Amino acid sequence: MGYSKEQLLELQIPFVTYEHPAVTTVDAQAKYVGHLGGALSKNLFLKDKKNRLYLISALADTKVDLKVLSTRLGLGKGGLRMSPEEALQEILQVPLGCVTPFAVINESACHVSLLLDQGFRAQDCCFFHPLSNDMTISLKSQDLDKFLRSIGKESPYVDLEANPPVGKDQPPDLASFVPSGSTVLPDPSETASSNLQSSTNHTFVDNKSPLVAAKVAKTSSNSQKVDIKPSKAVNPSISSFSSGQPLDEIVEKAATLVLSEITKDTINQHGEQLGLVVSDSIRKYLGSELKHLAVIYKNTAYTEGFHAGIHYQPKRS
Amino acid sequence: MENNAKQEEEKGEVVVNPWEVSSTTGKIDYDKLIDKFGCQRLEETLIQRVERLTSQPPHVFLRRGVFFAHRDFNEILDAYERGEKFYLYTGRGPSSEALHLGHLVPFMFTKYLQDTFKVPLVIQLTDDEKCIWKNLSVEESQRLARENAKDIIACGFDITRTFIFSDFDFVGGAFYKNMVKVAKCVTVNKVVGIFGFTNEDIIAKISFPPVQAVPSFPSSFPHLFSGRDNLRCLIPCAIDQDPYFRMTRDVAPRLGYQKPALIESAFFPALQGETGKMSASDPNSAIYVTDSGKDIKNKVNKYAFSGGQDSIENHRKYGANLEVDIPVKYLSFFLEDDAEVEHIKKEYGAGRMLTGEVKKRLIEVLTEVVERHRRARAAVTEEMVDAFMAVRPMPNMFN
Repeated sequence: MGYSKEQLLELQIPFVTYEHPAVTTVDAQAKYVGHLGGALSKNLFLKDKKNRLYLISALADTKVDLKVLSTRLGLGKGGLRMSPEEALQEILQVPLGCVTPFAVINESACHVSLLLDQGFRAQDCCFFHPLSNDMTISLKSQDLDKFLRSIGKESPYVDLEANPPVGKDQPPDLASFVPSGSTVLPDPSETASSNLQSSTNHTFVDNKSPLVAAKVAKTSSNSQKVDIKPSKAVNPSISSFSSGQPLDEIVEKAATLVLSEITKDTINQHGEQLGLVVSDSIRKYLGSELKHLAVIYKNTAYTEGFHAGIHYQPKRS
Repeated sequence: MENNAKQEEEKGEVVVNPWEVSSTTGKIDYDKLIDKFGCQRLEETLIQRVERLTSQPPHVFLRRGVFFAHRDFNEILDAYERGEKFYLYTGRGPSSEALHLGHLVPFMFTKYLQDTFKVPLVIQLTDDEKCIWKNLSVEESQRLARENAKDIIACGFDITRTFIFSDFDFVGGAFYKNMVKVAKCVTVNKVVGIFGFTNEDIIAKISFPPVQAVPSFPSSFPHLFSGRDNLRCLIPCAIDQDPYFRMTRDVAPRLGYQKPALIESAFFPALQGETGKMSASDPNSAIYVTDSGKDIKNKVNKYAFSGGQDSIENHRKYGANLEVDIPVKYLSFFLEDDAEVEHIKKEYGAGRMLTGEVKKRLIEVLTEVVERHRRARAAVTEEMVDAFMAVRPMPNMFN
């Protein structure tokens, strides 16, 4: 079932709430909170011809042209339209007029592609509904990012007013935001992990070890989301590498490789030489993977040092 | 393209220049091209020499003849043997956001050269060229340059010895001085002869070639190479870029500069075969670095041109036509294990192995390549791009 507004309040993200009579339009919401100096949001829940879903959250003033957006997503000119009301209930689990980025907290919304107006980041605070119409939450966009991160989502900020040419040599710039899961109504009884695997662009997974598969799918989904951001959002820093996750993966894969190479057949085939054969392939595999990882670490560390260096303030005396 | 290009088309021949690669016969005869351009074949002896000098196995692209031609590469090796270093120069014209595997080939090879010879590298993003030829806005071409820089960085270049720059950002100062020096040595007739420009072409095109020429001269980068005017330059590129550097090598002695050396690659075939053209508008003509495992599987199975026979009986009888088979060609680019590639060629050519098996292996290999690239790409931040592109000293670039 969907999260109630109380559960949302428990997540301890700093924000201010305002209660008011239920509203279903931005104008009505503005009547109650428009004077408070924050930025109102308008939220569109859209679907394309293949029933893939999109939640566009923009500043109320931003002009959102559905035709342009549709082209930028690679859906052609008329590919986007408003989602039907039932989808609102079933997928986002919010009442009419209450579309909000917070709705992605629901499992049922895991296939929905979220796009946020980059204009939010320049604002002191932004107004959204939590999961109900009779309240408005005001928070900073960075805190929205925190919330999204806490539920394992990225914060994809996009220039919604941009209208870049799309043609032979300029493929649609938002094409990576099109979700790969195509069902409108995912079965809520599916497990969370299988959702994660099926809802992201699934990359090659070693079938021999389901544990490794889940890990690889999880990180590939994370890295997939990270690399499609067109503007600055959540930046992986050296801390994500010092968590040891990439190293763990490599160790797991190496272990799987060893196991896969020692079978009845290979023992018969190589006999005593099997040790040499297996160690050779491990050497090749580990050698190349670790070298690649080392370059990434080196470049990341240099970058962080460089950034700190150009921003450092010399001692005052 | 008029003049030379037209005459050749009428003869039913091949057009190879930085803006067009086509052949009326479908296949490119690389031996003829080497003769026509006047460069050298990369002989086996040279490859063995590289292995000896660097104490490392030569890159798969060298072993398989992907990089097959050169100019003065032997002199670079001579100098290296004497303890004299050199620097690498390569580049990309950022015409589209989507990079495919063919785009990565020169960068993968350049990374190998950087790692094995331990030398610095400059990478030029010709955003101005794409602004001119593709009629993009200045902002859009700059944006594409930055996006492409991320994929280039993901190929694994060492930030302590790599400088990436975009023309719109960097042209000026010593770089521009060299551009004018080069431009003073080349007549309109000459560029018309080399590149096929005409009187109707905008002057932006005619004045562009010096921009791509001068990174070959160390004095263009005073923040990196000041005091090292004699430093030699090695340029890994696809063979269609040869005209720029023919012009550069012609001009260099007149300016008192060393001629740049080149090491050149063959073209990466489109998925649908040699006659097919790889184009950004046809996503099925190539494997993109953003393709998912599913996309790769689909593209290879559906679109990769097969040299296999049309029926299993015929295939077992006659074997596959390795000349036109794309999966085998792609495997020779990306499958590192020489023994396995030989085995596949033998079995498939004899008809004992079926197209499906070859394609299955290719899908595994390509997925691994793309997945590794994606992981590396995910680690590239805006700050990292800024750092790679910053005009900064690189004190340990030769260590």
